[in-house]
Amino acid sequence: MILITVFLILEALPVLQQVGIVPFFRDRTWHPAQGSYTIIPMIWGTLFTAIGAVLIATPLGIGSAIFCQYYAPPIIAQLYRRLIEILAGIPSVVYGFWGLVVLVPLIRRLQPPGTSLLAGILILTLMIIPTIALTADASFAKVPPAYLRGAAALGLSKWAMIWGVAIPAAQSGLLTGLILATGRAIGETMAVLMVCGNVVQTPTSLFEPMRTLTANIALEMAYAMGNHRSALFVSGLLLMAMIGVLVAMAEVISQGSIYE
Amino acid sequence: MKNRQGLMLGLILCFGLQSCSNSPKISESTDQLQGKLVLTGSSTVAPLATEIGKRFESENPEVRVDVQTGGSSRGIADTRQDVADIGMVSRNLKEAEKDLQAFAIARDGIGVILHQDNAVESLSDQQLVDIYTGKLENWQAVGGTNTPITVVNKAEGRSTLELFLEYFNLNNRDIQADVIIGDNQQGIKTVAGNPDAIGYVSIGTAEYTMENGTPIKLLPVGGIAATTENVQNGIFPLSRTLNLVTKTQPQGLDQTFIKFAQSKQVEDIVKEQNFVPVSE
Repeated sequence: MILITVFLILEALPVLQQVGIVPFFRDRTWHPAQGSYTIIPMIWGTLFTAIGAVLIATPLGIGSAIFCQYYAPPIIAQLYRRLIEILAGIPSVVYGFWGLVVLVPLIRRLQPPGTSLLAGILILTLMIIPTIALTADASFAKVPPAYLRGAAALGLSKWAMIWGVAIPAAQSGLLTGLILATGRAIGETMAVLMVCGNVVQTPTSLFEPMRTLTANIALEMAYAMGNHRSALFVSGLLLMAMIGVLVAMAEVISQGSIYE
Repeated sequence: MKNRQGLMLGLILCFGLQSCSNSPKISESTDQLQGKLVLTGSSTVAPLATEIGKRFESENPEVRVDVQTGGSSRGIADTRQDVADIGMVSRNLKEAEKDLQAFAIARDGIGVILHQDNAVESLSDQQLVDIYTGKLENWQAVGGTNTPITVVNKAEGRSTLELFLEYFNLNNRDIQADVIIGDNQQGIKTVAGNPDAIGYVSIGTAEYTMENGTPIKLLPVGGIAATTENVQNGIFPLSRTLNLVTKTQPQGLDQTFIKFAQSKQVEDIVKEQNFVPVSE
């Protein structure tokens, strides 16, 4: 981890020394071959897709875990769990390809060009639901049965028991799953690259194409030289920083809210 | 008797080989080539170079040909830094790159592609420029249906992009793209999935996928049909030369391989890959 960060910094240094850090936030466009380096639109791109996906996937994922733990008959729950596990194992290119041939044409019917922020969010949602669902399922399974029996003895309804007892007790596990999922959403490359359109601009609507930091690296690294290459390492460094902030935030939140 | 002759022959060969291994430079001038060739560069040239390399290996069993992709720019850089023996470059050398030696092995054209269902049959150069710079945003303006145009552009650094910009005298900053793609296949899939899209890819790749039923069509450029024949004749304007480059005048193994890649022996491979052989 430290090695990777050091490597990223070393590779990014040439461009940082030559043009400084300011152009990355001040330039109007991203044309590294012609010396303009803004990465702000891509930071927004990454944030929008990741946050959008987490917002949609969290209720769905936790809901599916609740269904699995408390409502479904054991056989169906077992089947359902296997299904989600398979979903978690599908390679991201497959999601991307499916998105390109099915999802993008569907969105294009609503509003062209189809490759858009919305497509990215939906693909990412699909990809992180299994992560959230599986970790949530595991943390619900770890809630001490005594809590639930106690709740039942108090005459609480099933939903009140889940909402009032199970979820608070499983809180830290749920949060961990959420962070894992956000990490995956931020880091996802191939699928997003295939469905997002990759135009460097800050999207102003769900239907506009945009580019994420990861797609930027994957799309241009093979052909980049000199400062262009270094600039891509700067986007990598920034990606690392975003993940760092995410983990730090998670640490603060979990310290503030877990009382056991 | 025969056995003994064979034994003698074997012994002579053994000594002969040993004397060769003492002075490796001499062994290159004999029939038996050996060693390893590393080629890096353009993803357009790479599949072709791989096939040529395979045939070269089968004719010279002691030789290994290692082909890696990474773009024309990488081909240039690796050749300069001696990371690769031979670089693959899918364009003519720029002025700043004239320190390298270039050897043409095939030609390739870039064609403008539309979805098969698009009613537009041809576009003038000016119309294309207007579409790519965002001045024309609806197909109706060029005789199509009343739908917005989806402009598909290539990612920065690709040689296809460079050739396209150079021919139409465009600056990448001025292009108003709706989708930016990496390789030819991604471009073809994007256009095939969107009746309102316009993109540009290698004609060879486009013709090949069209034969396999992908719903796209190639537009003429400058009034000349985008076919491999016209690329070969040299009359298709939007075309490029696929080159092998070396740092110095090639010698030994490098030289033999390059000669082989330019020879009639590999013409069928060039055609199979939908490129056009260079007429010698």
